[in-house]
Amino acid sequence: MSNVLVIAEHVHGKFPKTTLVALAAGKELAAKAGGKVTAAVLGQGVDALASDLAGYGVDVIAVDGAPFAHYLADAYTAATAELVKQKGFEAIVIAATTLGKDLAPRVAARLNAGFAPDITHIVDAKTFQRPIWAGNVIQTLEIAGTPRVLSVRGTAMDAAPKGGTGNVEKVAITPAGTMQFVEFAETKSDRPVLTEASIVCSGGRGLKSGENFTTYLEPLCDALGAAMGASRAAVDAGFVPNDLQVGQTGKVVAPQLYIAVGISGAIQHLAGMKDSKVIVAINKDAEAPIFQIADYGLVADLFKAVPELTEEIRKLKSA
Amino acid sequence: MKILVTVKRVPDPETVIKVNPGGTGIVTDNIKWVVNPFDEYGIEEALRIKEKVAGSEVVLVSIGGQAAQEQLRTGLAMGGDRAILVKIDEQLEPLAVARVLAKVVETEKPDIVILGKQAIDDDANAVGQMLAELLGWPQATFASKVELGADGKSAKVTREVDGGLETLAVPLPAIVTADLRLNEPRYASLPGIMKARKKEMKELAIGDLGVDVAPKVKITKLETPPKRTAGRKVESVQELVKLLHDEAKAI
Repeated sequence: MSNVLVIAEHVHGKFPKTTLVALAAGKELAAKAGGKVTAAVLGQGVDALASDLAGYGVDVIAVDGAPFAHYLADAYTAATAELVKQKGFEAIVIAATTLGKDLAPRVAARLNAGFAPDITHIVDAKTFQRPIWAGNVIQTLEIAGTPRVLSVRGTAMDAAPKGGTGNVEKVAITPAGTMQFVEFAETKSDRPVLTEASIVCSGGRGLKSGENFTTYLEPLCDALGAAMGASRAAVDAGFVPNDLQVGQTGKVVAPQLYIAVGISGAIQHLAGMKDSKVIVAINKDAEAPIFQIADYGLVADLFKAVPELTEEIRKLKSA
Repeated sequence: MKILVTVKRVPDPETVIKVNPGGTGIVTDNIKWVVNPFDEYGIEEALRIKEKVAGSEVVLVSIGGQAAQEQLRTGLAMGGDRAILVKIDEQLEPLAVARVLAKVVETEKPDIVILGKQAIDDDANAVGQMLAELLGWPQATFASKVELGADGKSAKVTREVDGGLETLAVPLPAIVTADLRLNEPRYASLPGIMKARKKEMKELAIGDLGVDVAPKVKITKLETPPKRTAGRKVESVQELVKLLHDEAKAI
């Protein structure tokens, strides 16, 4: 039996798309390995979440208690390892979010397991693919022994659909740990989440300031119902929070439409968006590398073109 | 305060990477090698701690071939006190790297180990977390701010996480991994470069450490992903909107 455990991250009482993609990956892996998939939800007061998760047709383990009220790497690693020990899972699957990227390697070290980070494709039960070198190379890797730990890129596959029923089992765990949660300063936004949006508009250094993100890019995002992103250069320059960064070292997105505004198209930015369905680039430099991958390129002064574009889209939407 | 900082030799981030014909590695001709950018943030943070806490020492460590000395020298020129090179010619997977570092930590007994959050070559983002687990230490990854407690026995670290900024309190010793807003790394000064030549560079052979570095993961193939091709240039915003609506059906 080659059973798979998916650690199901939740945010504000819901499972984000990244978790459902990890669940889909867990199901695919279990099917290819001839095993069964179980999802674990850790937290405080997770009854509703656990039954919601069972509605995706998987058995669920609920690990409930004060030590899990906030994610902490040491406590969550201890709990995951305990579940693996009790139930003998041979693969552990976690979404490659900041939580998953923090947790999965630690779990792998605890279990002395082979680790495949940020995978985009499951070839078979032990063979996976992942992009390296900022997405310029696809690496195929094989983990012969068990257990195996995988983190799954949020754009790797479609989210698991709702359907079916599973059992919910409660497992009590008292983890040891020295890390303490102090506070979470949440970035408030009414716009869609970057990794879930079907349209993303990102700004780069060409926007010149944080104020210009507000003046030029935000109205465009709002006209389109889009999430706002940024290049590393814009984050480095302090225009916007790092949370908005799209790229090799930020978030990876693959929306239906990606509009890059004042972004030159550095390798590390392309790594985060080149799988978008349609790419639009607006840049005053006709030689900017972003035009080499854009479906539609507009060579123009963004400070003129973006307000025009916002206006045209508003007209189209109200027509 | 003793701070151990990791330094990985990687190709310059602007390098166009090509897979070799056999699919076994990348073409390394004409590559300019640099310190992994995230490790530079780590070095800078260690130097800032040293400037605040009297009697601190910044020790740099790299695992790699002889050539990795260059990157350690760069770190020494920035202000690191001494360097350790663990020599190995093969590539190690993150868990093996973490095991080697755990051994170095055992000898050096630092109060903090700072690593870049990821290396820009294999993009694994794993070694810091694995090292924390092997040592049984707390970890504060993706750090944008590190504040040491007045007692010198704890730290508060702000982390760049999905949806905002999280602050953790950890007792020392601890692992910190650096994200890009942690600081702005300094350039090595000319006197710094001169001084660096005389600083201690200890070499260790990996075989002498007695660490199990046997791989658990076998890399079977490297290939180039399908290239996206350029589409077309449009002349006006109106044309763009029309095409996005009628042709691409994206809006």
